Amino acid sequence: MADPNQETHGPRRRRPFKGLLAVSFGLLFIAFYVALIATHDGSRSNDEGIDETETITSRARLAGVSEKRNDGLWKLSGDRNTPAFDWNNSMLSWQRTAFHFQPEQNWMNDPNGPLFYKGWYHFFYQYNPNAAVWGDIVWGHAVSRDLIHWVHLPIAMVADQWYDSNGVWTGSATFLPDGSIVMLYTGSTDKAVQVQNLAYPEDPNDPLLLKWVKFPGNPVLVPPPGILPKDFRDPTTAWKTSEGKWRITIGSKLNKTGISLVYDTIDFKTYEKLDTLLHRVPNTGMWECVDFYPVSKTAGNGLDTSVNGPAVKHIVKASMDDTRFDHYAVGTYFDSNGTWIPDDPTIDVGMSASLRYDYGKFYASKSFYDQNKGRRVLWSWIGESDSEASDVQKGWSSLQGIPRTVVLDTKTGKNLVQWPVEEIKSLRLSSKQFDLEVGPGSVVPVDVGSAAQLDIEAEFEINKESLEKILGNASVVAEAEEFSCEKSGGSTVRGALGPFGFSVLATESLSEQTPVYFYVAKGTDSELKTFFCTDTSRSSVANDVVKPIYGSIVPVLKGEKLTMRILVDHSIVEAFGQGGRTCITSRVYPTTAIYGAAKLFLFNNALDATVTASFTVWQMNSAFIHPYSDEAVRALSRT
Amino acid sequence: MMMMMMMKVMMMVTVMVSEGSIIEQTCKETPDFNLCVSLLNSDPRGSSADTSGLALILIDKIKGLTTKTLNEINGLYKKRPELKRALDECSRRYKTILNADVPEAIEAISKGVPKFGEDGVIDAGVEASVCEGGFKGKSPLTSLTKSMQKISNVTRAIVRMLL
Repeated sequence: MADPNQETHGPRRRRPFKGLLAVSFGLLFIAFYVALIATHDGSRSNDEGIDETETITSRARLAGVSEKRNDGLWKLSGDRNTPAFDWNNSMLSWQRTAFHFQPEQNWMNDPNGPLFYKGWYHFFYQYNPNAAVWGDIVWGHAVSRDLIHWVHLPIAMVADQWYDSNGVWTGSATFLPDGSIVMLYTGSTDKAVQVQNLAYPEDPNDPLLLKWVKFPGNPVLVPPPGILPKDFRDPTTAWKTSEGKWRITIGSKLNKTGISLVYDTIDFKTYEKLDTLLHRVPNTGMWECVDFYPVSKTAGNGLDTSVNGPAVKHIVKASMDDTRFDHYAVGTYFDSNGTWIPDDPTIDVGMSASLRYDYGKFYASKSFYDQNKGRRVLWSWIGESDSEASDVQKGWSSLQGIPRTVVLDTKTGKNLVQWPVEEIKSLRLSSKQFDLEVGPGSVVPVDVGSAAQLDIEAEFEINKESLEKILGNASVVAEAEEFSCEKSGGSTVRGALGPFGFSVLATESLSEQTPVYFYVAKGTDSELKTFFCTDTSRSSVANDVVKPIYGSIVPVLKGEKLTMRILVDHSIVEAFGQGGRTCITSRVYPTTAIYGAAKLFLFNNALDATVTASFTVWQMNSAFIHPYSDEAVRALSRT
Repeated sequence: MMMMMMMKVMMMVTVMVSEGSIIEQTCKETPDFNLCVSLLNSDPRGSSADTSGLALILIDKIKGLTTKTLNEINGLYKKRPELKRALDECSRRYKTILNADVPEAIEAISKGVPKFGEDGVIDAGVEASVCEGGFKGKSPLTSLTKSMQKISNVTRAIVRMLL
């Protein structure tokens, strides 16, 4: 192509021009290419729009959780005139519990390897020996004769091997047929890869199991292909398969699908990964602390983890990393291929509507079969809901819930029932019994003296007339479908048939209080639905603590009275509705409803209904959890 | 040869544009895109970091802001002695961020248990808010408080991507 401006020089002159043309053409091409990439990115995000509805729902669910957690806190910045709360040591030291398990100081999280051996209940736990926040994790250890009175023991396992130098994390114990114990636990390696390790007691003749030996061939399991190195933790107790092998499951995730991997082993040293997963549920995120165990369909006792058969259902439970909720489902286990399916797939493990052990602060729970009393017992980590500055100031963080027995609800067949272990009754001191009729809109002080350590068992009955009036009255609007403990405004919002219950850790003037209550509502089918809630929104005037309203619907069968049990122990309130069908654990940090100023009230905030409450309140003794000493151990062994 | 050069330039551009967009794509999912992008771009590690890496960069920013605020607090004792009580509380709160929240978050994110990182990052925002509240509306630290709250929100969003 000839350019009129081209100088008619030799070929040397033509090349630079062609070069210039080529470069500008090239630049144009590149610019076009860049534009292509930019729009391709745009269109890629449109492709992701296909998943949008799912993502939006789960994001909304997550956002709902984060908003709930943040709401109370961000109000601080909104209202500049609310002074920050001034915590003093008296208020903070009151928060320490009298009969819940907690180390003498510092941070604790997941329960580990609970077991019963040679007359002692053992409890291990994730522990930070250096601070009141998570970090530098090792295995704390304590023993008890009765799951209530504990003696602390020295640290059981420290991070002293390359395969756990970044953390000795959660694990579970399995008993071999000869009565010996193997412990599988997750180690975070020196390269921060999550692996599974084997450990066992150094001296099986030591009932205190003070020292543990790590298998020199560790790790016994590393993340398999397709699983990321940081998505592989919390091995379960093993159970026997029909082929006579041992089988375990370990939670993980594939993108946003929560899964549980399955491995078979003969010796706990080498494993065969099954091609099948125990189970998977999309959009539930990482499954931590998976638990898997049989429950009897008919009997009230617990079952060894290896039990199987037609009279048995299996529970799959997982702790959802995304939401910090523990969810479980009842289902059927197929031993031939190590899979499990839920009875009701609409409430599959981890779905927002699926069942939870507890509707409050309760995570990383782990059960074990207590062969001593033939029961399955559940432990759970109860974290703090206050600021870390308070945790640092008071020098500790976190509790364990009171161990609970867990069985299938033989009346409904669809859910578990939990109840504090019997042995807690040994802490009951004096009691007072009451039978009161409480009219609508009343608050009744319950005089029991000191009110920070209580065990309350109560039965409520709504006056028959009130019930008939409400049910029969077509103009009384159905509200059960719209109601939720969380979103319906708490215990001050009055309905026809509720709320009514107790206000614990309350000041005389009710300036601080924690109501635990039933809310009975009419459904669109004119049937009554009952909700069980704990409202911590006014538990403290402090604005640097989280104060949600927790709870859920509670199944109430025909002919049943409404029953609740409440354990009050300083900064923790554990509430059990209908014999443990719905449980709520809360952390509360009153500033004035403490020491002698903490009171108990009975209330009925219903608009029309009169309620009869029959209840007993026990003063609870301290469990006197002792630091390690030979004396303390000897004292306990005599019990 | 021209083709070779063009290919090289095209590759470079592709790499540049798609790397820039990792930060951008991540920041799009946070409550403050502009803040997020500017913080991450200001760190040399930003252009080659994965999500964990981006979270760790922001936690570093939180740490830096905390130190800066603590210095500011120290300076205020002389200039505004009447604010001593509130300043003491703030000092305590910001030291918690420095000594508890930040190390917890760094360890948690590096080791793949991001939920503890989320706790630490949320708490940084809480401590800043509590400090601010202590001045009953007349805080000399408001702009630093707001920065901490914003960075905490953005960092939390990124940490949640690791769950």
